[in-house]
Amino acid sequence: MKNIKLEINGKPVTVKEGTTILKAAQKVNVKVPVLCYHPDLPAWAACGICVVKIAGTAKMLRACSTPVEEGMKIVTHDPEIVQIRRTVIELILSTHPNDCLQCPRNQNCELQKLAADFGIRELPFEHRLRDLPVDTTTGSIVLNPEKCVLCGRCAKVCQQMQNVWALEFLGRGEKTRIAPAADVKLGESPCIKCGQCSAHCPVGAIYEKDETRDVLKALLNPDLHCVVQIAPAVRVAIGEAFGFEPGTLLTGKTYAALRQMGFKAIFDTNFGADLTIMEEAAEFVERFAKGHGELPLITSCCPAWVDYMEKFAPDMVPHFSSAKSPHEMVGVMAKTYYAEKMGLDPKNIYMVSIMPCTAKKYEVSRSKDMFASGHQDVDVSLTTRELSRMFKAAGIDFANLPDDETSDSILGSYSGAGTIFGATGGVMEAALRTAHHMLTHKQLDDVNFMAVRGLDGVKEAMLNIAGQEIRIAVAHWMCNIETVLDRVRAAKKANGEPAYHFIEVMACRGGCVGGGGQPYGADDEVRRKRAAGLYKDDRECAHRCSHENEEVQAIYTDFLGSPLSAKAHHYLHNQYTAKPLYRK
Amino acid sequence: MQVETQTELSPALLEFIRQWKDKPGNLIMVLHKVQEEYRYVPREVAFKVAELLEVPLAKIYGVITFYHLFKLKQPGRHQIAVCMGTACYLKGGEDLIRELEALIGAGVNRVSPDGEFSVEVVRCLGCCGLAPVLTIDGEVYGNLKKADLPDVLAKYQGRQVAAVA
Repeated sequence: MKNIKLEINGKPVTVKEGTTILKAAQKVNVKVPVLCYHPDLPAWAACGICVVKIAGTAKMLRACSTPVEEGMKIVTHDPEIVQIRRTVIELILSTHPNDCLQCPRNQNCELQKLAADFGIRELPFEHRLRDLPVDTTTGSIVLNPEKCVLCGRCAKVCQQMQNVWALEFLGRGEKTRIAPAADVKLGESPCIKCGQCSAHCPVGAIYEKDETRDVLKALLNPDLHCVVQIAPAVRVAIGEAFGFEPGTLLTGKTYAALRQMGFKAIFDTNFGADLTIMEEAAEFVERFAKGHGELPLITSCCPAWVDYMEKFAPDMVPHFSSAKSPHEMVGVMAKTYYAEKMGLDPKNIYMVSIMPCTAKKYEVSRSKDMFASGHQDVDVSLTTRELSRMFKAAGIDFANLPDDETSDSILGSYSGAGTIFGATGGVMEAALRTAHHMLTHKQLDDVNFMAVRGLDGVKEAMLNIAGQEIRIAVAHWMCNIETVLDRVRAAKKANGEPAYHFIEVMACRGGCVGGGGQPYGADDEVRRKRAAGLYKDDRECAHRCSHENEEVQAIYTDFLGSPLSAKAHHYLHNQYTAKPLYRK
Repeated sequence: MQVETQTELSPALLEFIRQWKDKPGNLIMVLHKVQEEYRYVPREVAFKVAELLEVPLAKIYGVITFYHLFKLKQPGRHQIAVCMGTACYLKGGEDLIRELEALIGAGVNRVSPDGEFSVEVVRCLGCCGLAPVLTIDGEVYGNLKKADLPDVLAKYQGRQVAAVA
């Protein structure tokens, strides 16, 4: 590709053809402010804050969406440009509530930051708020259109990244709003609760439903035995709220903080991941080697993906693994196996799961299978963002907590396979490690399956296990899944060999490390760092395979029998049903 | 995209959709056709169009809420357009709207409870000399006084729907 030479504020810079002015400016350490722009999305120039000038002319260009040209001389900052940007901010503020103190995005808000950076002290325009109702119907994310700045990120994410189309701009002019189609609430729309809208919203217009108070109330209740579990992706992201680099592995500190909060037992969703692998790998072997059930087998641990499949691709129901997601497995085992061992009445056990995910809030009560213990197996699911706020409110000096705090037996230990569940490709890799063992009864020489790692939207590979060819696919970031499913459908229609034997899907870009409930500001660099933290955890684990986890072995000996036993089926598996896109 | 709906479209509409299905800009054309047939875009028809054109329903609603021409609610059997251009405004267009509301129980952008009339405001019908002006189903009534309205409305009450312009 051609190199383009230009000048930004008098400094020469050379960039590749097609680079935007915004990115070229970053190369010479100039920060052009943005609001609607997000690196995950194609620029679409809605807000106008990034305007820059061509030197010596009055011509203004939007830096986010204008590609550089040879010999361009760009001025990014002068008093006139700054004044124009101020006016844009003042106009946005003229329709934006100024209740920052009570806003869920207080101190995390991109508009608030712009107002601070530009030293906005007065609002010259009449303050006119839109009177639009708050939508809480999903139970996972809250849509408050009054705070919306119409940047369009949520709609673009929902439509282009996730291919869900739950959100769209409706109306025009000053009546424009973001909402689902056909006069429905978000809970009745195709929304899959992935929460990517909330992770991309620059302000407090879409955010996770906060359930921290329910947890604090439970912790204060002397009759309740509060237990907690943390998902793999939480430990490499929670630190971002306390000044750590993305990807810093903070399992010990997180356990210690949770113990300080008053939880009676600290479990780990990674244990559940190991258990999921035992069931899912056994299911795969059952289908692949014994011909019981349809191929490809498709993973089901991502609740947003499950919701998507039930609504958009119900023909895939027979392909879905019936294994529950890891946190549900820990939930039900806490209220049965752990309760039995500890002599506790399961009705007094209060299970909190800390997830990188907003869809998990929906999953905890999505079907009667989530009540397999006779009670709701997971009482409440908090996001990483909620957990960081809870730690702050509890006065926990997170950064200085010990690193060596450990989780509690009998649902707390994990293998490296369990921890990589949090990255795209991780479930596949973990399952292959154990499936290999189940098929060959041999140890793997190298447990690392590099072909399934990384941020490519669709990763395909062919493996050879015990002389048999296994075709796999890994997809993440919902818009990529249809490609894979279409190949499955085409092969089925042709009555030939299945396109793949095993498929992993995660709804969010990068997998759970890029989940909708993770700390704000994720881009591909952050996602890579978080994933690297998990692979580091994997390398440092005493066991790299789920079937080597001693607590997992014990649960089968003491309680479940064997993978896919009747008891395992009763507690650890669930069913799927086709659902309409619109419930009204 | 699978959207569940029981609605049956007319053969003419189905044929129109079939012809336009793979052409660029088809959505607006099909929605015009829908509105021609139903006088608005009924919700269940929007679902059906989404299914047949294989476009997300959200895209359809983005379009029909953007353009004023598309209506989401069933209009009255007779459509009253009150002119609020400068001349009509000065000559009492607003009084006509208030009087209409008293007579038929429907204000601007509303349908009367009996479904007979819907009322909308337009900007200049191009006959300022007749101000204040309103049209009913395209027929022009000028030099109107409040007291004239009951007689004008009576001509339409119970009458068959005129062809849609």
